[in-house]
Amino acid sequence: MNRFSYARPTDVAEAVREVGSDPTARFIAGGTNLIDLMKYNVERPNRLVDITRLPLTSIDKADGGGLRIGALVPNADLAYDPAVVEKYPLLADAILAGASPQLRNMASTGGNLLQRTRCLYFYDTGTPCNKREPGSGCSAIGGVNRIHAILGTSDKCIATHPSDMCVALAALDAKVHVVGPAGERTIPMADFHRLPGDQPERDTNLGPQELIVAVELPDEDFSRNYSYLKLRDRLSYAFALVSVAAALRVDGGKVSQARIALGGVAHKPWRDTSAEDLLVGKPAEGAVFRMAADHILRDAKGFGHNDFKIDLARRAIVRALSQAAAGTPQTQTDKRIQ
Amino acid sequence: MNSMPKHGPNNGAAQAIPITLTINGEVRRLTVEPWTSLLDLLRDGLDLTGTKKGCDHGQCGACTVLIDDRRVNSCLTLAVMKDGASITTIEGLADDDALHPMQDAFIEHDAFQCGYCTAGQICSAVGLMKEGRAHSSAEIRELMSGNLCRCGCYVNIVAAIEQVLGQDDSGIKEAAE
Repeated sequence: MNRFSYARPTDVAEAVREVGSDPTARFIAGGTNLIDLMKYNVERPNRLVDITRLPLTSIDKADGGGLRIGALVPNADLAYDPAVVEKYPLLADAILAGASPQLRNMASTGGNLLQRTRCLYFYDTGTPCNKREPGSGCSAIGGVNRIHAILGTSDKCIATHPSDMCVALAALDAKVHVVGPAGERTIPMADFHRLPGDQPERDTNLGPQELIVAVELPDEDFSRNYSYLKLRDRLSYAFALVSVAAALRVDGGKVSQARIALGGVAHKPWRDTSAEDLLVGKPAEGAVFRMAADHILRDAKGFGHNDFKIDLARRAIVRALSQAAAGTPQTQTDKRIQ
Repeated sequence: MNSMPKHGPNNGAAQAIPITLTINGEVRRLTVEPWTSLLDLLRDGLDLTGTKKGCDHGQCGACTVLIDDRRVNSCLTLAVMKDGASITTIEGLADDDALHPMQDAFIEHDAFQCGYCTAGQICSAVGLMKEGRAHSSAEIRELMSGNLCRCGCYVNIVAAIEQVLGQDDSGIKEAAE
């Protein structure tokens, strides 16, 4: 790990000023991803700005009836918060599907949004990677790419976003509140993360000095028909090969509202609202769900080792929507699929 | 390829910073460099070598300790960020000569072979008890998944934890399997 200086501001404005003092400076909260990347010399900040003493630790009712989650709320506290469990169980389940209890105790809400890819080439400083070193090339294209993306890729990068929490936030239409030198702004979840395009080094649309202060969930209830289905190489403590956050409203056997977001398949949580529109007014049944899955995956493209993800994703979408429709969400304890 | 990016200017970064930690009940005034992990501070700075360094990347759980009663990976924790916190390691679980019930249960159930992961397993299990969210053996297995055992002692680890949780007021239901 490189040497760095350390600051511990106590208010948001001071934190934003501090991180502006050095272009390599980074905010640190839980540290579960940043410290790991620093140990691999992938991140080499000259200065760390410790934001854990900022007053961003509460979960409050938002104006308009939703829930405002402070950026420093630990993942575990968020997943077990009574209001989240009751009204946003899709989010609680997605969080519990990720990482381990220790990591969930440490990791923050804002930091979860800013996780970097787990692409093995991104972590290996001995290999080219456009995300780590722009212009150096992509080792995953033509390399070992079993865990890589099948949707929204570019010829520069086929990395995936690793978060489970963010997949649920995308499905639930969350908003991200940020503060920077120019003041506050709100970024819809759909616009927060980016596709790789020609700039895979940019994971998000957050400005260089901007700090996430809160995540807001809208006042919508998907607590009845939902499921977070995560498929991975072992049943716990592993990143998703494919995950699906599905939420429905069903009236008289027909879908009146649908939300579907995918993890493990793209550079950002993959939400395709045209597939959701397709479901509306149709019977909540397998044939309809298969049509939606085919639609979501219409442009999916494998890179060799990850070709299997296309069919896996298709089946996972159908399964998750079926679980949601039946009101039998995938359990995050015994994860065998019945 | 690129291998090691260049060092940036240090900006006086080598400055050690004074912090106060309560470690196993004892208040310690320490000076740490900001890049020192809590794990390295415990093992190399304070000779508390019960806490083990397995992967050093948050993937194995061998370094698990309790900070303010919550289980965390000490390898991914910067000591300087925990100024003012209370740390409990495996050395701090016993009450003088009386082992913690979880330590007794691990011995009784032969819940280890080589022992390298054991301190982390026990600290994690104590954290699990404090959280109070495991009510079946399936839930114990899921909520202990952050601790790997390369000897494969999982069956006995779950039995040990189940026994201690069963003695606890919170009780434990039979596994719904």
